[in-house]
Amino acid sequence: MPVATRIIPCLDVADGRVVKGVNFVDLRDAGDPVAVARAYDAAAADELCLLDISASHEGRGTLLRQVEEIASVCFLPLTVGGGVRSADDARQLLLAGADKVAVNSAAVARAELVADIADRFGSQCIVASIDARQVAGGGWEIFTHGGRRATGIDAIAHARRLVELGAGEVLVTSMDRDGTRDGYDNRLNRAIADAVPVPVIASGGVGNLQHMIDGVHLGGASALLAASIFHFGQHSLGEARAALSAAGIQVRQVEG
Amino acid sequence: MTGTVLIDYGAGNLRSVANALQAAGARDLTISDAPELVARATRIILPGVGAFAHCMASLSAIAGMRDALKQAVRARGAPFLGICVGMQLLADVGEEHGEQPGLGWVPGRVRAMAGGADIRIPHMGWNQIKVPDARATLVEDGEAYFLHSYHFCADHPADVAAMSVHGQPIVAAVQRDNILGVQFHPEKSQAYGIALLERFLTWNP
Repeated sequence: MPVATRIIPCLDVADGRVVKGVNFVDLRDAGDPVAVARAYDAAAADELCLLDISASHEGRGTLLRQVEEIASVCFLPLTVGGGVRSADDARQLLLAGADKVAVNSAAVARAELVADIADRFGSQCIVASIDARQVAGGGWEIFTHGGRRATGIDAIAHARRLVELGAGEVLVTSMDRDGTRDGYDNRLNRAIADAVPVPVIASGGVGNLQHMIDGVHLGGASALLAASIFHFGQHSLGEARAALSAAGIQVRQVEG
Repeated sequence: MTGTVLIDYGAGNLRSVANALQAAGARDLTISDAPELVARATRIILPGVGAFAHCMASLSAIAGMRDALKQAVRARGAPFLGICVGMQLLADVGEEHGEQPGLGWVPGRVRAMAGGADIRIPHMGWNQIKVPDARATLVEDGEAYFLHSYHFCADHPADVAAMSVHGQPIVAAVQRDNILGVQFHPEKSQAYGIALLERFLTWNP
């Protein structure tokens, strides 16, 4: 049996607040990343992902303090991304208590950033995060700025290159599916999973539990990122685990 | 004696390990790169992330650290816990980035894991821990978080404290005398990991 498929709640954070909040449990402050992280830790999430979508200079200190606080009370793997432009940015997050750092736009501008971080801190702590859209002709292209700016870079080639430079896993967000609740782009995920030997995290579009099952069976994902399906109590982590398990997918055997 | 010492050799997710040790009840924890503290420690924890060769070089680069470890762990018998690459360093030899000698305290080699169609490398995520029948060890059956591409191939089955499976059998833990090494990350394994650290902190081998 291989390692269990991971289920990863993702918190989008802007200026120190969880975007749109999270209300799957009674939280005194549904916008506080630390309170939300504690709730997902208690629900036995397999990992947590925190993406700073504002990535503003002013917000950096707040983010680092929140990562410190989360790491001091939650003993599960924590990936933090957003605005990582240098190995020193990565180091600050790792010192604050992040286990992995996700790089996105800066690695589009300069792919070698991945090697800078992997060489200093190891491949295990660098996640290549890519945002892709389908383009005419059937392939996928890397987009930046929340999916608004085309780069002309082929998504599969970019993923392969970042892994060659040392990325330990690839987080693939379909900008076509993000926010649609129509399911992951499984053709995109499968194409990338077939091109790289490292784990692929599916992201963007999950709207129900069948989408999560499809993400593994059709998309070849090793991990499933999800936000609103959990944040607003549509399903619990336990329900997701049960659905995957019933479909023959290895998951963590925790209660709840 | 200087209490529980977590060795800072620039190669670990020290903060996470320190947080978890404190949650497990460590009241006398010192994070240090000072060989004189390590030599007098009641217990020693060696974390490690990144590559074997790099970690071994960083540890060896601290003047007097190898001798201090030998004195505390081998001569005096202080309980020792190696985590991830800190566990792999117990082997005779590591093969990551060229062959490098390890501490040689638990006979074996650290080799690359074999990947495959559904076997992604790194081995990343939660996997089952199984203790061999009748093995007396600090490790218990359960699930823990792994993150590694190389694995410990032990020469003597008696040194293996727990196994896991990812395409192939993986040594999840080794234990010999006062030395415990875990391939997984107790500091990232929620209640299972904290409970293991609690047992380590009260271990009298």
